[in-house]
Amino acid sequence: MKRGNAMRKGVAVKTMSGEDKTRRAGRVATRRRWRTISGLAAVLPAAALVIAVQGASAEASGNGVPSKGPIVIGASLSLSGDFSADGQAFDRGYQLWEAYQNAHGGLLGHKVALDVISDASDPGQVATNYQTLITVKHVNLIFGPFSTLLTVPASKVTNRYGYAMIEGAGGGPSAFATGLRSLFDVSAPVANSLVPFAQWIASLPKSERPKTAAYPTSNDPFTEPQLPVAERILQKAGVKTVYFKVFPAEVTDYTPIADAVAASKAQIVLLGSVDVPTVSAFIHAFAQQHYDPQAFIATAGPDQGSAFVSAVGAGNTDGMMVPNAWYGGSSNQLSKAMVAAYIKKYGGTPSDINADVAEAFSVGEVTTQAVEATHSLDGSKLISYLHGNVTVQSVQGPVHFDNVGENVSATIFVFQWVHGSFVQVLPLGDPGSTKIEFPKADWGS
Amino acid sequence: MGTLVVDAVISGILTGGVYALMAAGLTLIFGVMDIINVAQGILVVLGAYLSYTLSVHLGVDLFLGLVVTVPAMFVVGVFIQWAFIRRLGERERTAMSILATYAVAIIIEGVLGLVFGVDYVQLNAWYVNQSIHLFSFYLPYIYVFGFVLAVCLLAALYVMLYRTRFGRSVRASLQDRSAARLVGIDVDRVAAVTFGIGVAVTAAGGMVFGATNSFNPNTGYDLISRLLTIVILGGLGSIGGALGAAVVMLVIEDVVAVVWSPIWAPFVFFAMLVVVLSVRPSGLFGQVAGRAQ
Repeated sequence: MKRGNAMRKGVAVKTMSGEDKTRRAGRVATRRRWRTISGLAAVLPAAALVIAVQGASAEASGNGVPSKGPIVIGASLSLSGDFSADGQAFDRGYQLWEAYQNAHGGLLGHKVALDVISDASDPGQVATNYQTLITVKHVNLIFGPFSTLLTVPASKVTNRYGYAMIEGAGGGPSAFATGLRSLFDVSAPVANSLVPFAQWIASLPKSERPKTAAYPTSNDPFTEPQLPVAERILQKAGVKTVYFKVFPAEVTDYTPIADAVAASKAQIVLLGSVDVPTVSAFIHAFAQQHYDPQAFIATAGPDQGSAFVSAVGAGNTDGMMVPNAWYGGSSNQLSKAMVAAYIKKYGGTPSDINADVAEAFSVGEVTTQAVEATHSLDGSKLISYLHGNVTVQSVQGPVHFDNVGENVSATIFVFQWVHGSFVQVLPLGDPGSTKIEFPKADWGS
Repeated sequence: MGTLVVDAVISGILTGGVYALMAAGLTLIFGVMDIINVAQGILVVLGAYLSYTLSVHLGVDLFLGLVVTVPAMFVVGVFIQWAFIRRLGERERTAMSILATYAVAIIIEGVLGLVFGVDYVQLNAWYVNQSIHLFSFYLPYIYVFGFVLAVCLLAALYVMLYRTRFGRSVRASLQDRSAARLVGIDVDRVAAVTFGIGVAVTAAGGMVFGATNSFNPNTGYDLISRLLTIVILGGLGSIGGALGAAVVMLVIEDVVAVVWSPIWAPFVFFAMLVVVLSVRPSGLFGQVAGRAQ
């Protein structure tokens, strides 16, 4: 067989010109190169993996703590794009925690150093960023991104590599529906955020209780699950739904939607919003239509401190409500310390502080307690600890995770802008709650 | 429901005027220079921030402030053309313009972020929250004023293009740059001035946008896709087309939002856009043979 082949080749060689020989030799060389490249392609990933593992083990001991240098914590945040206002507030919260933690001895005797990459509010980019943080930058720990929309793809990546993802703004049901045991949201689960408000309305004497409600909502995994829960409570209390429509995240013109709500003459409005511009658009349209609902609560926006006031105008804030787990005037001692540190670093007043800052700071606090309790940065140990029926403390209050990583200890409050101050008004009877403004003041008052 | 539909039509027409004002510069710049200015969105936001600065720090009325912001934006436009666009080669001009203007957008966004931060702001004046009660409708002053401003500025642009010597030079450049050069037109100067005018008009669009929407330095990205849609539907280079397309887009979206569902509004509009472009690839008001080069 070999000979036959050689003979055929020999005949072929005989008939080849010099140029053909060169071409053939080139083809053979190319084939060899391809074989070499194919071989390398097969070997390189394995080699890379070995090098990566060796690199990691050279730097870290068995519990994942680096032998020297800082503990590096990676995070992807929306520093630009649709969520940039929240993303940058979150960044301030993370940076504040980093400074606070380093001023208090760091973590396991090491300084902490944040490595934050911007994801431009893009669900595709956020997955790439966490992949980069883990496989290229070999960060020791991971902090979560902003929003449920970005937490879902991010958590799948971090779970694949065994990292614990502790986050503060991914509390939508779709984040927990993934069933990942490595995901932990330190804030209150969002699905029940409007429950205190709905229960308060339902508890009003029949003569004072509003009879109609409108529910416009953005089609976002953070907002959409909240409204049906509140609607059920209110309908049970006899509050009729006169408007319930979902609008896309990016609307060219909010006016017809807001005008339709105004035309429904709903006595209360529950708005599913993810940001300030949405709330601002509705407020301005309502004011233009001379429509003053008795109560107006938005799922997000009014909790953004001075950013909310500058967008809607100081005269339009009065009576606006928002559910949340934290506000600048919280009596929680940890919160007071954080507020003092924030004002020292960034200036302003407690009312100016965006609630995102507290959510981000809480991520750092929970991580600190888990790391110090386990003396480890190892993902599996941190995950086991946080699922181990423990309660840790944060600026937002106690944190206790259920089997899918929801914080079941979180208390949801409702806050309201009253005469230029952002105050807690619900639950009624809570020591921190002040008198609720109802009905709300007219626009521009 | 009937009242709501009429209200949606009125709202669509008034808001369409605002969008036309923002898109006019884009269509003008493309029509004359073959430049796809993807920085148009951020230039709108820059115009809004200029009005914000005058209003908040100097107490200047938003419309009065245009006396300052329009010339300022003209200078910005001429500078962008001189610094980034002028150097683009003739052959790859359109494709390269996307990259160049994207760079411009990133630079402006970065500077705005440094100066103003990312917190949302909105322009405020007495007419932002107030409205006129006409029959059974409340017409917001800001939208009415914005629409009137849009019609006036677009009419002025039209007159400039079709009733002045400069306009003749612009149209000659639009039809054939080489022939325009041969008859003595300084095509480069025409291009610089046209770019400046296109950006200057955006100052007005930015002011009205900023008074009707909250904005931050990142808002421009949401805008650019809508503005490009408007100029494509209206016909590239057509000022009247920009107004017509903006009104059509907003009326369709607003009526669908009220009659059916807000979630379907963009879908219906884009479905209609596909149908229109299948029948008239040059857009509603575009001239098929207008761009001979």
